[in-house]
Amino acid sequence: MMESELTLPINSNRDHLLGPQKAPVTLLEYGDYECPYCKQANLIVANTVQQFGNKMRFAFRNFPLSQIHPHAQHAAEAAECAGAQNKFWEMHDILYENQQALEDENLLEYAKVLELDMSRFQDDFYNHTFALRVRQDFLSGIRSGVNGTPTFYINGMRYNDSWDQETLTKTLRDIINKNV
Amino acid sequence: MSTQTEQQKQTSNVLQPGTSAPNFTLRTTPDQSVSLDQFRGNPVIILFYPADFSPVCGDEVSLYNEILPEFQRFNAEVIGISVDGVWCHLAFSKHKKLRFPLLSDFEPKGNIAQKYGVYRKNDGVTERALFLVDKDGIIRYSYVSPIGVNPGADGILKALESLPQSTEQKGSTPT
Repeated sequence: MMESELTLPINSNRDHLLGPQKAPVTLLEYGDYECPYCKQANLIVANTVQQFGNKMRFAFRNFPLSQIHPHAQHAAEAAECAGAQNKFWEMHDILYENQQALEDENLLEYAKVLELDMSRFQDDFYNHTFALRVRQDFLSGIRSGVNGTPTFYINGMRYNDSWDQETLTKTLRDIINKNV
Repeated sequence: MSTQTEQQKQTSNVLQPGTSAPNFTLRTTPDQSVSLDQFRGNPVIILFYPADFSPVCGDEVSLYNEILPEFQRFNAEVIGISVDGVWCHLAFSKHKKLRFPLLSDFEPKGNIAQKYGVYRKNDGVTERALFLVDKDGIIRYSYVSPIGVNPGADGILKALESLPQSTEQKGSTPT
């Protein structure tokens, strides 16, 4: 069977990362802010990150399915705009928590809630400063065999199993134990 | 998910690269049909999938719909085939806002899938299978995925890239 491998390695200069660089396991998610399954996955990932502490690193890349999720692209760009002001993860969580309200005006409101520099945020948002970045995430996903949202990679290999809490935790624990 | 043995049994007669792709004419709407040979001159990606309305976001057809522009850089056409009827395809297509045709391998059921070696007789559905047919109608890539695993598009894109550059590419995209 063909194994799908991550073609664009995790890079701390471009990727949004949680956890230490030397963690034995890196979990990467390709996700879409308007995808209900990604919303579920976000809670599971949050638990997992908390559970494993400094033993794991988490990374998120954008994979907006714009044909079925008309707000996903702008939401992804908004997260990147917040990222430029060091508030990526805060925006990331707000977007999933408010998945039913992802109009442009909502996105601007969330930026205000996060007390971002609004003139900079609006400049970046309306000029689509990060559209190319989102596109690069998306294309890297296609090349790596992303097959829907969410798609996870564990240490650079596509994870094909279920991402329910129990299975994901067990898989990560097994890898961590092997590497210790 | 099928067992290893089942998987092997099912995939043993899949048409392999170098084989001439069997032509077919299948309905895509109640009054329209699509034939493979009408695309002669361009590469064609044939996507066999088990059923319309699978319960995941960004399932296989949505994914291919989303990355259609990448395929179009190679002037490639995409067609989806399942054993679902045309009315089901219409509803599914509308629901997913698909920009490529879905063909109905409905009567005799699975006939074309059988010719490509990707029909699961026991289940009455097609495998999750991908074929790349070149501009001359020759299969250049075939892949059968475990039925529960959506194959993604990395393999088919690599296969498209390795086709002789007979058709001019439109621009380039950063990766």
